[in-house]
Amino acid sequence: MSAGDGYRGRGGLVGYLFAGPYLVAYGALLVYPLLAGMALSLHKADLFGGREFVAFENYRRLVSDTVFRQAVGNTLYFTLLTVPALTVISLALALALNKAGRLAAFFRGVFFSSSVLSVTIVTLIWRFVLTPDGGLIANGLKAAGRAPIPFLSDPHLALPGIALTTVWWCLGLPMMLFLAGLQQIPGELYEAAALDGTSAWRTFWRITLPLIGRTLLVVVLIESVMQFQLFGQSQIMTQGGPNGASRPIVLFIYEVAFRRWDVGYAASASEVLFALILLASALQYAATRERRR
Amino acid sequence: MSSLELTNISKRFGAVSVFQGLSLTIAAGEFVAFLGPSGCGKSTLLRIIAGLERADSGEIRLGDQRIDTLAPGARGVAMVFQHYALYPHMTVRENIAFGLRNGGAPKAEIAERVAEAARVLEIGPLLDKKPGTLSGGERQRVAIGRAIVKQPRLFLFDEPLANLDAALRTRTRLELAQLRRRVRATMIMVTHDQVEAMTLADRVVVMNQGEIQQVGTPMQIYDRPANTFVAGFVGSPRMTLAPVGLVPGDARFATVRLGDGSQVSTRVPRADLPSEGLLLGLRPECVRLGPPRPGEPTAQVEFIERLGDRTLVYVKLGDGTAVTAEDKGASQAQVGQTVGLRLAAAAAHLFGPDGRGHHAAGRAG
Repeated sequence: MSAGDGYRGRGGLVGYLFAGPYLVAYGALLVYPLLAGMALSLHKADLFGGREFVAFENYRRLVSDTVFRQAVGNTLYFTLLTVPALTVISLALALALNKAGRLAAFFRGVFFSSSVLSVTIVTLIWRFVLTPDGGLIANGLKAAGRAPIPFLSDPHLALPGIALTTVWWCLGLPMMLFLAGLQQIPGELYEAAALDGTSAWRTFWRITLPLIGRTLLVVVLIESVMQFQLFGQSQIMTQGGPNGASRPIVLFIYEVAFRRWDVGYAASASEVLFALILLASALQYAATRERRR
Repeated sequence: MSSLELTNISKRFGAVSVFQGLSLTIAAGEFVAFLGPSGCGKSTLLRIIAGLERADSGEIRLGDQRIDTLAPGARGVAMVFQHYALYPHMTVRENIAFGLRNGGAPKAEIAERVAEAARVLEIGPLLDKKPGTLSGGERQRVAIGRAIVKQPRLFLFDEPLANLDAALRTRTRLELAQLRRRVRATMIMVTHDQVEAMTLADRVVVMNQGEIQQVGTPMQIYDRPANTFVAGFVGSPRMTLAPVGLVPGDARFATVRLGDGSQVSTRVPRADLPSEGLLLGLRPECVRLGPPRPGEPTAQVEFIERLGDRTLVYVKLGDGTAVTAEDKGASQAQVGQTVGLRLAAAAAHLFGPDGRGHHAAGRAG
């Protein structure tokens, strides 16, 4: 047996030692809570008391819970309001700012800067913008001779108002991802397209968009996952109101778990959210895979 | 087929002037190579013709049409890029047809022209593949296919062979020469490789630092280099350029004295030769080795390169002047050996202190 064999024999063990710390953290912080959450959703459990196994009773309750059903509808609606808007606007910004020069670099910084703000600051700023009582939009409408719009207290406008805030807040990351994707496209391809007599519009549809397809998928997936988990903006701007019109699933979970202490029921709602996100991601991935073939 | 006329082209990048008042005429159907070292401006000139760069001033006419004011796609020009620039997400067929589709050509005509290009370039079996699965040589053919399918008035090739390995380069060079015979169009190729320029082009435009150094047929460039730059750049290994003094006299042709005192009787007319600061230009094939003989330069062998069919011998004269000589394949020369140099003085060139070349009377070109 050569020295190499001995080394290879130990190699497996050494490998596990390297991977070990991460696997322990991954298991303890992700896998265990995920399984524990699933188990919890099958119990009637109090935050401070004992627990009792109730099988799928919590899920049965969710189906007939109008507040939860409203929260699911709100979450889907909010995701539809924000993800396409975020994708289109951030792509447009990236296309406009994908050039050398100080001005473009300055604006890249400006548009990214909102992303580093905390949700508290962002919502504070946008309360000033949206409030009908002397807010930015209200003042603009007033100057145009129109009545102010009570965004956050109108059940039809509360979620769009929060969506507007969210789009402003979240533009930076997808814009940067798109910029990175655009910079991967060799300039020679655009020169070849110019010599092929390609119009700007056709260049975008036939060259740019197909070549950033993967980035587009990543952006839509990341943003969907993030926007499905809307919480802070609703909690601070409207507390889910008026009349539950802006209560997303995560706020529902928070209220059930930490106001009503019904953690088993909250856990079952969490599992539904988890399944929804998983389903949406899988659908998007499958759709783009199909098209790429 | 159209002629191309560049008039007074100037181009600056910031503080750097690339061209100033450059003019050049290329005849219809001619194959011209822009030859020069990296950064000489040859690619910039090609890109200005293609419309990918804008000249600061000047005019470009293709046939009887002024094209420098037109968009690249409207100039009737096709270009083969150095890195091919094939659209990676499209099949070979889509790549070739893309330009025709943009122009709104009827489907049947597109299919016919793509098929014809595929036949000429023998890329039929590749039509439904994506560029990522092709070899370098195949991509090159597809890139050429994308150009010829447009039936342009002018073809531009940017370093077409630079990305191919040595064996493929020789084959592709031959294919380009054949293509040229099949496709009757005016062609311009940018290259830093003199062999490509010499073998493919009808005329070579030698460029350095944004200026045209010489325009001529390959043999004119080789036999009558306009200046020391062209003399040194064209020909491998480089022409020897040795400082010499003019021997006084009134003969018709100039005799010069090398640093070691030996004299060389050239066939360069003495009239209008400057009297000082001359350089003697000798191609390696004009310097042969032999036993030392009185009245001829002797030198010491410094370094030997055996190429099989011939041997390059780098020698130094007594005063330290470096000379490159050529010997037969089975050369007996040894490093350190003292040898005599047999100069084909009739083929020698002289260059004045301004770098301008003076050549033997009556030589080809």
